Amino acid sequence: MIPAAVVGVGQTHHKTRRLDVSFGGLVREAVFRALDDAQMTMDDIDAVVLGKAPDLFEGVMKPELYLSDALGAVGKPMFRVHTAGSVGGSTAIVAASHVQAGKHKTVLAVAFEKQSEGNAQFALGSGRGASLGAGGAFAPFIRSYIHRSGAPEHIGWKVAVKDRLNALKNPYAHLKIEDISIEKVKNSPMMWEPIRFLESCPSSDGACAAVITDEEGARGRTPAWILGTSSRSEPPSFPGRDPVRPQACLQCAQDVYAQAGITRPRQQLDMAELYVPFSWHEPMWLEAHFITEEGDGWKMVDDGSTELGGSFPVNCSGGVLSSNPIGASGLLRFAEAANQVRGVAGEHQVEGARTALAMAYGANSQYFSMWVVADRLDPFG
Amino acid sequence: MGTSTDIAVVGWAQTEMVRHTELSETQLLVRAITAALEPLGLTRADVDFTCLGSCDYITGQAFSFVGNLDAIGAWPPKRDSHVEMDGAWALYEAWLRLQEGDIEIAVVTGSGRSSTGDPALIYPMEMDPFFLAPIGADPLTFAALQARAVIAAGIADERSMAEVAVRSRGKGSVDELLADSYVRQPLRRHDVPPITDGAAAMVLATGERARRLVERPAYITGFDHRTECHNPSFRPLDDSPSTRIAAEAAGLGDGPVEVAELQAAFTHEELLLRSVLGLGDDVVVNASGGALRANPIMATGLCRIGHAADHIFGGGTRALAHSTSGPCLQQNLICILEGRS
Repeated sequence: MIPAAVVGVGQTHHKTRRLDVSFGGLVREAVFRALDDAQMTMDDIDAVVLGKAPDLFEGVMKPELYLSDALGAVGKPMFRVHTAGSVGGSTAIVAASHVQAGKHKTVLAVAFEKQSEGNAQFALGSGRGASLGAGGAFAPFIRSYIHRSGAPEHIGWKVAVKDRLNALKNPYAHLKIEDISIEKVKNSPMMWEPIRFLESCPSSDGACAAVITDEEGARGRTPAWILGTSSRSEPPSFPGRDPVRPQACLQCAQDVYAQAGITRPRQQLDMAELYVPFSWHEPMWLEAHFITEEGDGWKMVDDGSTELGGSFPVNCSGGVLSSNPIGASGLLRFAEAANQVRGVAGEHQVEGARTALAMAYGANSQYFSMWVVADRLDPFG
Repeated sequence: MGTSTDIAVVGWAQTEMVRHTELSETQLLVRAITAALEPLGLTRADVDFTCLGSCDYITGQAFSFVGNLDAIGAWPPKRDSHVEMDGAWALYEAWLRLQEGDIEIAVVTGSGRSSTGDPALIYPMEMDPFFLAPIGADPLTFAALQARAVIAAGIADERSMAEVAVRSRGKGSVDELLADSYVRQPLRRHDVPPITDGAAAMVLATGERARRLVERPAYITGFDHRTECHNPSFRPLDDSPSTRIAAEAAGLGDGPVEVAELQAAFTHEELLLRSVLGLGDDVVVNASGGALRANPIMATGLCRIGHAADHIFGGGTRALAHSTSGPCLQQNLICILEGRS
């Protein structure tokens, strides 16, 4: 397998409504930032991989057809991925695969969602009504987690505050809640017991792009080497399936760690960007990624370990809780992890970060995608 | 560029192709996948990677592919992906994935039940939402525009188009068909594809494993796809540059092919593609009947690759398969399959 690295990352300023740009304008904003970061132009790109969540969100079917011009893909391969909420992660993985398989030298991964064009809640139910929405679907899993772990209720509030404080350091983040506090989260309206309004992700317009290239392409640039990529899917529901600790998540994490040579994730990883659309997913995912023992995830939140200055920082960008253009949210995790090990994360940089984990998940906690990136090819060598 | 990993098609299956089925898309896929695996002595547990190709707008539901996980048997969980493209592109992703060298068997699918919707309502939604979608032009209209350009360029005429229809469907006579009235000038009913429900599944294997599974694997020796400018009015409709680039990148010119399976849903598309690909009269085109006989959207391209693989399984040496997406052949894929003695 040919080594591949991220050498350029770009994203839009995420907002509730980006009325100033079309779909094409939105993706180009992210793409040009990624190309500038990589010190490349569209001429250097051999193939484009586009990811986004359901086309029904915007009402444009297979938008990669319309976006081929805006993405500079004319005359090039243009590939479209859709794996539900994990799609942004899958986009990065498929783009990396183009390089790792030796098919292309330099590939552009792009993901976007322009949620203001439609109504995500409506589309989630395919326009048939009776849609629970993501919060409604995940609340029972969260209640189950709380029941099993005995976590106190302030854990969810703490995650919500931490990620919004991190977002204040991220110029691209959607939510900028200057006066965020435990009190404010705790007093926000209850949405889906036990998830309160401020423990929920926003609905954003936004895009993200990443340039992935081979060893030669990475020379003279600032690379985040891709040490491992993995994806796993499992069926929607059946007795015995555990959506709090999904088998697909556990296997995906084990697979990506094995590829990266990680045996002690808590020690060997310097930070993680985990897909946390509702605050309680942070402790759940810490456990399901073997970063801590089952039942202990909430303790890492409680003792401040996952804060920017903590021993295992999580979602330093502000995470999905601060910016959520659904199709792009996964790629944002993967790109932010890359920026951390490239040392270019700006104000929300984890000092000395050399290795990072990124994950995205989708549907009813069924689709998982992950990668581990590092500032060198053999960080544990 | 490229690695030395051999990757081959070792089997495939399609469901019955019908105007309308009462089976769900998941049920279609259960049948197709089982039918593709069983003759190889494989079960779903042997499959290391799956990639499904389908389209929410054809199914009429957001996240429609999620339920199809039941068809691949994703328990225990599977390495899995999904493309909002024809199964031919799902095959492309699996082909890349297998080249990473850590896994051996992949299953890819394409599936769609077009009968539940009206193409004239659905397809305008894949056009540029600002300048083209509001016009509401349906696929027949765009195809007719391209047919006019192809005829004007001398690549086709209404008679040669009718000949394609007769050969593909194996019925009727050219004179009979030409007596019919236009659906959209210059297209008559015989020039346009049927509406079809169906699914296809294909099994891929790497080098040694492929040789142990079947006597004559259909090795993928060239695979490429390219896109073009979206707006048909900014493109030369009497040409298909993306097909030409993809064919060159896939190495079509490295040797002769005996058969070609082209995803030509309209008769003039076959004539245009033959011309762009430089296929002579010695190449057997769309012996399967092509998309004019059965057009299960999102599986039509994968079926082309399947029929090309059948040619290799049956002793053939080299075959070409083509798939397309978008208005007026916007995006094109070329896959070259070879047999080895």
